Amino acid sequence: MRILEGQGVTKYFGGLAAVSDVDFHVDQGEILGLIGPNGAGKTTLFNLISAALPISSGEIRFKVQKLNGLKPHQICQMGVSRTFQETKVFGNMPVLQNVLVGAFFGTPTRVSGAAAAREPAQSLEFVGLSALSATPIKDLTLVDQKRVEVARALATKPELLLLDELMAGLNPAEVSEAMELVTKIRDTGITIFMVEHVMKAIMGICERIMVLHHGEKIAEGTPHEVVANETVIEIYLGEEAHAGS
Amino acid sequence: MRQSSRYTLERRPMLEVSNLDVFYGKSQALRGVSLRVDEGEIVALVGANGAGKTTLLNTVSGLLRPASGSVEFLGKRIDRLAPHKIMKLGICQIPEGRKLFSDMTVGENLEMGAYSSEAKKRKEETLEQVYQVFPVLKVRRKQSARKLSGGEGQMVAIGRGLMSNPRLCMFDEPSYGLAPKLFLEVLEVVKRLRKQGITILLVEQNVRNTLEVADRAYVIENGQIVLEGTSKDLLQNEQIKTAYLGI
Amino acid sequence: MSTHRKPLLVGFLVLILILIVTLPLYARESDVRVLTTVLMYVVLAVSWAMFSGTTGYMSLAPAAFFGLGIYTMALLQKELPFFLIIPIGGLVAFAFALLIGLVTLRLRGIYFAIFTFGLVVFMTEIIQYLETRLYNRHGWDITPIDSEILLYTIFGLVVVTVLAAYFIRRSRYGLALLSIGGNEEAAEHMGINTTRTKVLIFAISSAFMGAAGVITAPSLIYVNANIAFSLFYSFMPILMAVFGGMGQLYGQIVGALIFGYLEKTLRAQLYSYFMLGFGIILVAVILFLPNGIAGLVPMLQDRLGRVIRRLRKGGQGEPHANT
Repeated sequence: MRILEGQGVTKYFGGLAAVSDVDFHVDQGEILGLIGPNGAGKTTLFNLISAALPISSGEIRFKVQKLNGLKPHQICQMGVSRTFQETKVFGNMPVLQNVLVGAFFGTPTRVSGAAAAREPAQSLEFVGLSALSATPIKDLTLVDQKRVEVARALATKPELLLLDELMAGLNPAEVSEAMELVTKIRDTGITIFMVEHVMKAIMGICERIMVLHHGEKIAEGTPHEVVANETVIEIYLGEEAHAGS
Repeated sequence: MRQSSRYTLERRPMLEVSNLDVFYGKSQALRGVSLRVDEGEIVALVGANGAGKTTLLNTVSGLLRPASGSVEFLGKRIDRLAPHKIMKLGICQIPEGRKLFSDMTVGENLEMGAYSSEAKKRKEETLEQVYQVFPVLKVRRKQSARKLSGGEGQMVAIGRGLMSNPRLCMFDEPSYGLAPKLFLEVLEVVKRLRKQGITILLVEQNVRNTLEVADRAYVIENGQIVLEGTSKDLLQNEQIKTAYLGI
Repeated sequence: MSTHRKPLLVGFLVLILILIVTLPLYARESDVRVLTTVLMYVVLAVSWAMFSGTTGYMSLAPAAFFGLGIYTMALLQKELPFFLIIPIGGLVAFAFALLIGLVTLRLRGIYFAIFTFGLVVFMTEIIQYLETRLYNRHGWDITPIDSEILLYTIFGLVVVTVLAAYFIRRSRYGLALLSIGGNEEAAEHMGINTTRTKVLIFAISSAFMGAAGVITAPSLIYVNANIAFSLFYSFMPILMAVFGGMGQLYGQIVGALIFGYLEKTLRAQLYSYFMLGFGIILVAVILFLPNGIAGLVPMLQDRLGRVIRRLRKGGQGEPHANT
């Protein structure tokens, strides 16, 4: 079943189309990768799905419900949660409270104070950050802050999770850990849609990949199909040999 | 396992860091760090997040003051100098996470890089060179820097650093947020810069590609240098690759 | 807070409350009036911080809502009993703030601040205009009310405001407010209806300011638009809350008490020196105590703790730390 579907999705900034007539879908339970050169429109597409930006034309549906015209907080409560390319954590709170916000406000149904209070410890443990719960989040490294964002998004009990460049800045060992985490998340029943530049992760865990270039979808398929695509090599990968490192 | 680097007579040390101790408040970020970059080299510094890579670069630039140890540039001690003076001596740092002037256009950001009077004289020429390397920046030169995508911003940050006509260029994770092809192009730029006589210190997480470009590399862990050697040696040693480089 | 400190604090508070409540019995009338004004400042500072201290939107509008309260009293003083006018004043301010908030809380940062500043100026002008056209008058005389009654009334409002601030802070709603202050876009994406949340707290805080205006009016005797909507009533609460420490409720209260008392007592006597001293203190606080007076408490605790540890360690040196 298609958990997320977009038809003719278009976004204009002035006269420039950042996203142009894109059709896409995400199947429930899959890990779908989104790659493309810098400025191709990947984060813009995420912003359209989460309603951070209004769509210019086209339609996006989450489990048959149209998302057009809805506000970000409504979309979150419906079951779509996300992280951000430039981490948007609540800098005035400790780690635990950051996750608590997600637990209190983002769930599909209203939760009691007691139930919400139990949630952050679970999510933080899931992402491996229990030791840092009391730390003010501004004292964390950027990489750890990103993981808190993941815990925060998980606390909203999503069905679909949008990850925006989770692996940026990670060394190879850390990338492997993050790949395990993402797979673990999917195994709990959450569908994943991820923007990434780290090819090791894309090749390693994505079942399908979609490629954007100048706002248009230029390729789609299994990792091996996409990586062998000549246009993708030319505009994005640069060298065949290094896809997968 | 520490190999001592050979000191070749043809190259003189451009940057020499000796026994650096740096603290953030009460916690020690760097312990006894020593590192050398010879003229004309490309040296890589790799390590996990929070290991101290950015701290080291910030100390060399003068943004942080060491508690003990020294930093020498072309034989002259710089660890007590103010950052803008260090920059005038010919060191440029291309910071992690872009740090652009978001209220200015792409072109203005680049021009801000040519701040010293010597760099100002060659501004037009250098600007053309930067546009050759990153043609999309020429297209977007009148656009506000705020509107750029993550990777485009990275390109501007690198271009801006190059505008100061440095002798030593320190890159802090240039691959961050860049498409693979673009990062490979950045590495090509790094090689070209070396041909022009610029020395490079490259802090990176994308280890494999970086080692193929760098002459030597240091591995830092928990604020200490734990490994040092030529790229060739490091890439050939399977144990090192798994234990320290994670590949 | 350690277990033996809490009863001490409560006891201390009760003592203060008793002193305040019995003040008219042993103090002069002028002192009663001073305390009444100081307590008015407490209401303004705490209610301002309720909105601006949490969401991060800098509002210069307190004078607008305070002034509305004053004018509500001026217009209704002959029609209705005093104690009924107080909640009405609060309601008028609430409704006005709701409207303003819905229209302007989309403005970011500094634009919102400038707008609220302009709002106060605008209110002054338009009320003055309506006054002369519709009522053919300049200002209003307010029938004085017994200073004891005013003291107890404003004290009651202080209690209500502080309790409201305290419970909001600890509630789910308070967490939503802090999130908006932390990162508004992220707050929206985590399920918070930021528009509704912001506008509501803006209106609630304004209600307290309006009520304070009603209670203050009788002590002013004569009011006009310039007096009622004086920007002074916008700047003072901000300074007091910043001085006292915006993050903590007790900081806002302490800041208002100290500042308010200094302002009331010293201004009349030593005007120019007072303003000079005021400015110097303010600059010093901003430079050395970024978290206000309330920031002193953890600082002192930290210093004290370190001194105690060093005494215990005796000869053992700590590693030489510098940045």
